Amino acid sequence: MDLSFSAEELAFRDEVRAWIADAMPPHIKKKADDAGHFEMPEVMEWHKVLYEKGWVAPHWPKEHGGPGFTATERFLFSEELELAGAPILSPFGLVMVGPLIQRFGTEEQKKRFLPKILSGEEVWCQGYSEPNAGSDLASLRTMAIDEGDHFVVTGQKTWTTYAQYADWIFCLVRTSTEGKKQAGISFLLIPLDTPGVEVKPMLTLGHTPAFCDTYFENAKVPKENLLGPLNGGWNLAKALLGHERTLVAAVGHCRRNVRLAKRIAAHQLGADGKPLLEDPYWRERIARLEMRLRAHQMTNYRALAEQQKGKHPGPESSILKLVGSELVQQTDELCMELMGPDSLNWFNGEGAVAPFEQWVGPMFCYDRATTIYAGSNEIQKNIIAKLILGLPKK
Amino acid sequence: MDFDLNDDQKMLAKTVADFGKKESTVERFRKVRDAEGPGWEKAVWQKMGELGWLSVPFPEEVGGFGGSFVEVGLILEQLGKTLVPEPYLASVVLGGYPILLGGTAEQQQRFLAPMIEGKTSLALAHREPARRFAPGAVAATATKDGEGWVLEGTKAWVPNGHAADQIVVAAKAEDGLGLFVVDGDAVERETLGCIDGHRAAHVKLDGVKVEADRRLAAKPAEEVLVQVLDHGAAGCVAEGFGLAQSMLWMTLDYLKTREQFGVKIGSFQALQHRSVDMFVEVELLKSVFTEAIARVDQGDLEARRAVSAAKLQLAQGGQFVSRQAIQLHGGIGVTDEADIGLFFKRMHSLVTLCGDEAFHVRRFAEEMDAA
Ligand SMILES: Cc1cc2nc3c(=O)[nH]c(=O)nc-3n(C[C@H](O)[C@H](O)[C@H](O)COP(=O)(O)OP(=O)(O)OC[C@H]3O[C@@H](n4cnc5c(N)ncnc54)[C@H](O)[C@@H]3O)c2cc1C
Ligand SMILES: Cc1cc2nc3c(=O)[nH]c(=O)nc-3n(C[C@H](O)[C@H](O)[C@H](O)COP(=O)(O)OP(=O)(O)OC[C@H]3O[C@@H](n4cnc5c(N)ncnc54)[C@H](O)[C@@H]3O)c2cc1C
Repeated sequence: MDLSFSAEELAFRDEVRAWIADAMPPHIKKKADDAGHFEMPEVMEWHKVLYEKGWVAPHWPKEHGGPGFTATERFLFSEELELAGAPILSPFGLVMVGPLIQRFGTEEQKKRFLPKILSGEEVWCQGYSEPNAGSDLASLRTMAIDEGDHFVVTGQKTWTTYAQYADWIFCLVRTSTEGKKQAGISFLLIPLDTPGVEVKPMLTLGHTPAFCDTYFENAKVPKENLLGPLNGGWNLAKALLGHERTLVAAVGHCRRNVRLAKRIAAHQLGADGKPLLEDPYWRERIARLEMRLRAHQMTNYRALAEQQKGKHPGPESSILKLVGSELVQQTDELCMELMGPDSLNWFNGEGAVAPFEQWVGPMFCYDRATTIYAGSNEIQKNIIAKLILGLPKK
Repeated sequence: MDFDLNDDQKMLAKTVADFGKKESTVERFRKVRDAEGPGWEKAVWQKMGELGWLSVPFPEEVGGFGGSFVEVGLILEQLGKTLVPEPYLASVVLGGYPILLGGTAEQQQRFLAPMIEGKTSLALAHREPARRFAPGAVAATATKDGEGWVLEGTKAWVPNGHAADQIVVAAKAEDGLGLFVVDGDAVERETLGCIDGHRAAHVKLDGVKVEADRRLAAKPAEEVLVQVLDHGAAGCVAEGFGLAQSMLWMTLDYLKTREQFGVKIGSFQALQHRSVDMFVEVELLKSVFTEAIARVDQGDLEARRAVSAAKLQLAQGGQFVSRQAIQLHGGIGVTDEADIGLFFKRMHSLVTLCGDEAFHVRRFAEEMDAA
């Protein structure tokens, strides 16, 4: 065991740092410095900058256009992005459907989809949840009727994050009503400009239009858009959930929040007129979260190291989801507490609070979702109890 | 010990509760929130005046009811249940109490009587940008100018500051802290949106002239301000207790109707235990609410302790309830469309106003007995 970095690794880190400083467009840099909220077009702009450099998909194998980073280089790379406050890329193509296509897709599908995910030319979203199929995902009812060379899809997906900016949606659809619920589900790739598909954005608690209702009415989808076997979609979904949960470890998000907390604490003054960061009470409050974050971060590194050895993420990834999502919320809450009355701020433009405090309130509200999406924390606990701890069913 | 309300108090609570159910539902709050304007309605304020709700703690000589903070707390609790947007806390408590506690009979007549009738509203401008809660943390100044005063400084996040007819401003004079009742139109104010859908104002005092008879000097301003902020904190707890009850009911309703895995989600033991935890926190909140509204008028050490303990429970227990309420609603809880989120946001404001957790724990600790 050796947890220190080699000289080559440190040189790699410096290279990444210098490149980011140079490559980041000024308007993105300004927002990054102010801990601002990036809109999807800005996220995609940054995606393309990384793509040009060949660094957009550090976790993809070389054959599909990944940069061939080692596990350590990947840690260092993501840490540098985080330190720079770079936009977090849309995960639906790069982290979710991309790896799934690599693993389960036909050669034609790999050729058709992977290059455009990589380049950012096609943006993806995720169509799993339905109004009556949330935690109980397998009860989904969006139907895909087999009509020879195509499916006809009818139903409703909901909470589809950023569908209004997407070109494609990957969906779980029902292709059979026989047998177990899980056994009649297929994984379908659907272009959003298909006639009969309609996307309606709605406002979140953070007042951003971050998710949508997505409706399908007799939408014709060609057979070649089926990923994996017919009625075999549930296995793909489970494989993907594993990836999704390492993603929602949200280490980067938490680290940014801790840094933001310190910045707020240096700006806000206590009753004695001194910055809160000089007050032992607030220092300890921040320190506790930074300390727990270390434990979380190491757990994440351990999981990534396993993954690097070729192991697909297992139920352990539920631990990352649980701890990460709660840490995101706790760090948000601390930022709000540190802001004191300034935390009342809600979309007032410049001047009402410090620039880096503008988005804290909306983030605090929106991030209540972290313990709900990607499998709620209650569901994660059920999974850990059953699959890791081996506890009996009722 | 007697925890029971008298018949008049029961009547009052019921009348306000009925008003919330029939005339000021959450839907009304949402409409007012989304409309242009001050975030509340003058006609409703006037009606509250006619019903006598704005008169409750004030002396009969100025048209008041001569009651105590218990009645104020009962009203706020009920208003909280359906998020009634009128500035009861901001105007009656934060704006009204400095005049009640620090004003002369004439000043009370002049500034309170019109508010009691619902013709005007008040506000308190005390806190300053990037400064926290301590009553004494005031940098704004009042300089003698002939018989009167000239005020300089900036006040941040003044609840109802954008709409108030009269604003009580805290500023340092050569003879110590002073409270001045300033005409709302005499100051520069920038209306700001708040997380909870209310509005507030940054108030700029740029050489604002105030006549001598607008200084509240019947009692030392520091003392008054501590009292006012404690009444404000007790008011936050009262309103927050109303919110917490609503959130618990809404969540229980949801657990009894929403189905997943072929059963009501309320049948999952994990969620039953969580609901029990929420219920326990609401019960504790009820206890500290009761003690705070019963004691705050005493103005002594025990009153301060009761208020601080109550504010801590609002921060911890109240926010536990509001966070879990969202969680148990699942995805729908994170939409703007769902009412539960409106309560979540208001809870944050009430936890933050008039001293946050850190402030109240520290004060309690500083005044704590050695054994
Ligand atoms: C911001 C946001 C973005 C999202 N983005 C997407 C997206 O892009 N694509 C997509 O497909 N979905 C998305 N989702 C949906 C998300 O995956 C679902 O919200 C989630 O699976 C929960 O489902 P639900 O909302 O129906 O809640 P429900 O399943 O109804 O759950 C309600 C409550 O009951 C609890 N519960 C349910 N079952 C059990 C049980 N067995 N034991 C104990 N407790 C239980 C839950 O934990 C929750 O607290 C998003 C959600 C949010 C909030
Ligand atoms: C110091 C002490 C004094 C006591 N005094 C008395 C007394 O005066 N009179 C008397 O009659 N008894 C008394 N008891 C016994 C006590 O009531 C039992 O210990 C208690 O009911 C738990 O039963 P058990 O020990 O069989 O544990 P179990 O019932 O086997 O429980 C083991 C664990 O499982 C949990 N559990 C059990 N069922 C459920 C469920 N449905 N859902 C979730 N969790 C569950 C329990 O909470 C516990 O953590 C005493 C016990 C102690 C420790």
